[in-house]
Amino acid sequence: MNADHPLADVEREPGVPKPDPVLCAEGLRRSFGGIHAVDIERLEVQRHTITSLIGPNGAGKTTLFNLLTGFDKPNTGEWRLNGGTLVGIASFRVARRGMVRTFQLTRSLARLTVLDNLLVAAKDHEGEGLWGALTGGWRGTEEANRVRAFELLERFGLDQMADEYAGGLSGGQRKLLEMARALMMEPEVVMLDEPMAGVNPALTQSLLGHIIGLRESGKTVVFVEHDMDVVQEISDWVVVMAQGRIIAEGPPESIARNREVIDAYLGAHHGEAAP
Amino acid sequence: MDWGQVFIDGILAVLGPVTAAYAISAIGLNLQFGYAGLLNFGHVAFMLVGAYGTAITVDLGGPLWLGVIVGVLASGLLGLLIGLPTLRLRADYLAITTIAVAEVIRLVVRSSWAQPLTNGVFGIQGFADAFFDLNPFPASELYGIGALVVTGRKLWTMLVGWALVVLLTLLVRRIITSPWGRVLKAIREDEDATLSLGKHVFAYKLQALMIGGGIAGIAGILLAVEQQNVTPDAYLPKITFILYVIVILGGAGTIMGPILGAAIFQFLFFTIDALMVNAQANVAWVGSLLSPAAAGQVKLVLVGVGLMILMVFRPQGMLGSREEVLIDER
Repeated sequence: MNADHPLADVEREPGVPKPDPVLCAEGLRRSFGGIHAVDIERLEVQRHTITSLIGPNGAGKTTLFNLLTGFDKPNTGEWRLNGGTLVGIASFRVARRGMVRTFQLTRSLARLTVLDNLLVAAKDHEGEGLWGALTGGWRGTEEANRVRAFELLERFGLDQMADEYAGGLSGGQRKLLEMARALMMEPEVVMLDEPMAGVNPALTQSLLGHIIGLRESGKTVVFVEHDMDVVQEISDWVVVMAQGRIIAEGPPESIARNREVIDAYLGAHHGEAAP
Repeated sequence: MDWGQVFIDGILAVLGPVTAAYAISAIGLNLQFGYAGLLNFGHVAFMLVGAYGTAITVDLGGPLWLGVIVGVLASGLLGLLIGLPTLRLRADYLAITTIAVAEVIRLVVRSSWAQPLTNGVFGIQGFADAFFDLNPFPASELYGIGALVVTGRKLWTMLVGWALVVLLTLLVRRIITSPWGRVLKAIREDEDATLSLGKHVFAYKLQALMIGGGIAGIAGILLAVEQQNVTPDAYLPKITFILYVIVILGGAGTIMGPILGAAIFQFLFFTIDALMVNAQANVAWVGSLLSPAAAGQVKLVLVGVGLMILMVFRPQGMLGSREEVLIDER
C-alpha cells in the first residue's frame, strides 16, 4: 500500500475507525437460536475503496451482508450509510438509498430479456407507478434508460444478447448481468456476495477488471470472497470474519501474514508436532 | 347424428355472455397468476363478492349502476383484505388463505345468519331489470347469421360482455406493457432480486391482487346480471380451477391468452356436451350403452382428455412462448 493511500495510516486492528467511512456498523448482532451468526463490535468501510470480506465457511459473511442491506434484521445494533441510520429500513429502501447488493447464487430474472433485466433496475421511473402506467408519458425516461442500459451492456459484453431471455445465459454471463443490473441503479455502495463463485479463471479476471472499474468510477465496493489470491490482487482493505466476529482487518499484505487469520482458516493446531 | 347442430351449439356457447364472463375473470387471474406469479386459489370469491355486491345493493333499493360500482369496489377491497396479511409471507400462504377465504365467504353467504341480507341458499333474483330496460333489441326477437341464431335479450348481454372483454384487455395490456408491468414480471421471476433493485414488491403484489380481484368482480356481475340470479352454490371452488385451466390453456402471461383459453374451453365443453346428447339419442349403440345420466359423466371425462391432449402438445398454452417454458429456473 502506498504511503499516500487514505488507509495507509489506519491501524491494522478489528473495528478500527476509517478517515472517511461511507458505511458504519456498531454492535451488530444476529443470533439463530444459541448461535451468534454475526456479532460485530464495530465495522467501518472507507469510501471509494474495494473492501473484501473473507472468512471460512459459516463465518457469517452472507448474514452480515443480509443485515446491512435489510434482507435480515439484527437482534441488536445500529448501522449507517453516509451517516443516515439504516435500522428498520426495508431492503428495497436501502437499495434506493444507494447500497445495492448481488446474491451468492445469481438471480437473473429468467423470463425477462437481458435488456429488461437492466431497465427494471432503473430508479425513479414514473411509468412504474400505476397512475403513470395508465396515463403514459413515461417513454422519455424509458428512452434515456435504454441508452444507459446499452452502455452498460456493452461495457459488460452483453449487448449482443440484449433481446434474449436472461434465463438462456450461461452462468458466467449471469454474473456479469447481475453486476450490470446493480450498476443500472447508480449505486454508491455495491455489495457483491461471492461474485467469483463458480466462474472459470478467464471470466474471474474479467470480473476483477470490472470490480476495479467500479472503484475507478467512484463507487465503494464490498465483496465476499474465499480465494486469497483474488483478494490480494484487488482489495484496498481486507476484513476477516470467523464465527461471526471480525478477527482481523488490514491491507491485504498484512492479512496474509496474520497469525489469527491463518489459524481461522487452517485450524489453530496446524504445524504443531503431533503429541 | 347431426354434426352440424353439434358444431353450432359449440359456436353459440363460445360467443355467449358466459364465455365473455369467463374470459373477463381469466383476465383478472392472468394478471395475478400469469404476470405477478400470485397463487390465488380463491378467485371465485372475487366473482361472488362482485355479484352479491350488486345484487344486495339493488335488493336494498339502490339503482343498478350503483350496485355495479359497489360490486367492483367490494371485490377489489377483498383483494386488499386478503393481501395485507398474506402477501408479505411466502407464496404458499396466499394460496392457502385464498382457497379458505373463498369457501368461508360462500358458506357465510348461504348461512341462515346472513339470510336477511343474502337470502341464504335461495339467493337473490331479478335485480338486473334496469340493465335489460336499456336493451335496444326487442327481447324475444331472433337475430342471427345463418344457423347461428340468438334472442334479442342474449344479443344484448353478448355485446355488453364482449365489449367489456375488449375494454379490460386493452386496460391490462396498457399497464402490463408499461414499466409497472415489467416490475410485476420481475417479481414473478424473483422477489428477492426485485427487492434488491429497490422495488416495493409488496405494494405491487397488492395492486395486482386488487386489480385482478376487481376485474373478477366485473365478471361475477356480468354472469349474475345475465342470469338475473345469484345463489351461493354457483361459486364453488371448481370455478377457480376452471379459470386456471382457461388461463393456462390460453397461455399464462399473454395478453390474449385468457380470451382464447375461455373460447377453447367453452367450445370443447359444449361441443362434447352436444355430441354426447346427440349420440345418446340418435346412435343406437351409444344409446344402448349409456343412459342420459351416464352420458353426462362421460362428457366430463372426454373434456378432461381433450384438455390433456392440448396441454401435452402445447404445455406453454396456445399463445405462450415455447422458449419461456424451456428456461430452467436456476
